[in-house]
Amino acid sequence: MTGDEAFRFIDDVTSDLTFEARGATLGDVFAAASEALLAAAVERPEAVCDVVERRLALEDTRLDWLLRRFLSELVYLLDAEHLALRARRVDVRGEEPDFHLDAVLVGETLDRERHVAANDVKAVTAYGLAVARDEHGDWRARVTLDV
Amino acid sequence: MSAPATLARVGPAEWELPKGFRPGMHVPVRIFATEKLVQAMDAQVFVQAANVATLPGIVGSSLCMPDAHWGYGFPIGGVAATDAEQGVISPGGIGFDINCGMRLVRSNLEWAEVEPKLGRLVNALAARVPAGVGSRGFVSLTRAEFEDVLREGARWAVRKGFGTAEDLAYTEASGAFLGADPEAVSAKAIARGRDQLGTLGSGNHYLEIQILRSDGVFDRELATAFGLGQPGQVVVMFHCGSRGFGHQVATDYLDRFLRAMPAKYGLEVIDPELACAPFMSDDGRAYYAAMCCAANMAFANRQVILQRIREVFAEVFERPAERLELATVYDVAHNTAKLEEHEVGGRMRRLLVHRKGATRAFPPGHPELPAAYRKTGQPVIIGGSMETGSYLLAGLASGRASFHSTAHGSGRSMSRTRARKLVRGAELQRAMRERGILVHAASIAGLAEEAGLAYKSVDEVAEATELAGLSRRVARLTPVGNVKG
Repeated sequence: MTGDEAFRFIDDVTSDLTFEARGATLGDVFAAASEALLAAAVERPEAVCDVVERRLALEDTRLDWLLRRFLSELVYLLDAEHLALRARRVDVRGEEPDFHLDAVLVGETLDRERHVAANDVKAVTAYGLAVARDEHGDWRARVTLDV
Repeated sequence: MSAPATLARVGPAEWELPKGFRPGMHVPVRIFATEKLVQAMDAQVFVQAANVATLPGIVGSSLCMPDAHWGYGFPIGGVAATDAEQGVISPGGIGFDINCGMRLVRSNLEWAEVEPKLGRLVNALAARVPAGVGSRGFVSLTRAEFEDVLREGARWAVRKGFGTAEDLAYTEASGAFLGADPEAVSAKAIARGRDQLGTLGSGNHYLEIQILRSDGVFDRELATAFGLGQPGQVVVMFHCGSRGFGHQVATDYLDRFLRAMPAKYGLEVIDPELACAPFMSDDGRAYYAAMCCAANMAFANRQVILQRIREVFAEVFERPAERLELATVYDVAHNTAKLEEHEVGGRMRRLLVHRKGATRAFPPGHPELPAAYRKTGQPVIIGGSMETGSYLLAGLASGRASFHSTAHGSGRSMSRTRARKLVRGAELQRAMRERGILVHAASIAGLAEEAGLAYKSVDEVAEATELAGLSRRVARLTPVGNVKG
């Protein structure tokens, strides 16, 4: 990733869609991953307005599993409730094996007049899933979506 | 060439990667493909197939079909049979889109009659068969009714008037996997899937109008047995699965298996997407029961979509669907694990055959085939890209080497991200129209991901299955209209 890019899709798994996300804190990298997921599902994600607010609290024993559960919740809300959401704030705390996440999600109900669908995100896979610090101390995540 | 140096040719279209390729392999890798297709495979296909060979209880070989490509965990186009008593079940060996599959429907319409109405037909199908992200199905169900769908599959649909008993006879497993238990699925899966019965989905899911050209028949006798024959005959092919319901089932159980593996079963896997549990364990049986529910949801989905297609055709061609003779040729599953009997080392064994992006291809004489196909072998449908064409094939006795499995599509040769960089959806749509293929897409930008250049040659894949003895070509079908999710 270059400059201020918080996420980018990379040419990786032939069948599906892989992205990398970056953030100064764990909360930032989780929020960047939520933006990447929204960009995978909706063309011009900037057209998704902050109309609805949801709160989410999760726990897990591993950071990568916590990220997968967090993104899987967003996939569920998109598919079951037609809510296109991004994270306004994510707080991740704790250490292995006891991580906690609190997130404020914002967005709106998909509207076919204003939102152009991109990919039908089926699931967040565990393939190549990673959350780790890079050599500069930033947090990086790598996620492959089944689309 | 990306293929490993230790890959050895063992047949005209058959290759073997020995057990020593990587530590922990219980069986070799066997790849069914021509040299050209093997050379074009992602290097990761060999790595992933070798990883699959480390699964506890895997039998025979870890298999790759000619359309194999780099997936998440298992390769797409991969087949792994595990011992039903001693082996494991792995959600990753099936995929998130459980029972994603194909249905081919013949008609008595000829191209000359359809051509002037093609635009109206494609638009009507696009309007009446919901597709794309966030689409809701046209069948409204209570939770109890949805649970009936999960138990009964396409049989529920026919019982409710969506189709005929003949449709069931020409559907794999007669449209319902036995062993489905709605108690094994989460409330989230139910919530996600309940309003999606009667939706195509998105990505590579589509509904296509195709024609049989005079040069498209490879085997006249088999084509006739499958109800195809006259040049210009119009058929409909569609590709979809268990939608969000199946995706959530797989999501839930992948999570459950990742946690249970080390703690309950002392299992370790090379790749988390190979997460598994002993088939005979509580976790393994619960996933199987949930997977059967998802497979049944997919069969029901394709069945209700067929009935909607019949309605649209009847309206556009102004005569009852029965008079258009819109009949199911066959409905095949791509992403399942099934209990089957196969001969291994000279004795019959009960195996759990995982197929991820692979088609079952039973040979002539197999007792599970409907009477009309007992002599022909099972019809196999290989869907190509929307720009090229698709194939109808038939299973062969020589397919026992692949546990009677064959290819499912032409197989991606390029990632979606790269395809989007190279192709503009609107330009592709215009170019296809000029070549006589009318496309209606829920996402024009997403259309680029499905461009023909992102796929291998379906002709080479179909030929490779024949050279490898997995299936034989019956007919090639040419697209003229496509509704893409």
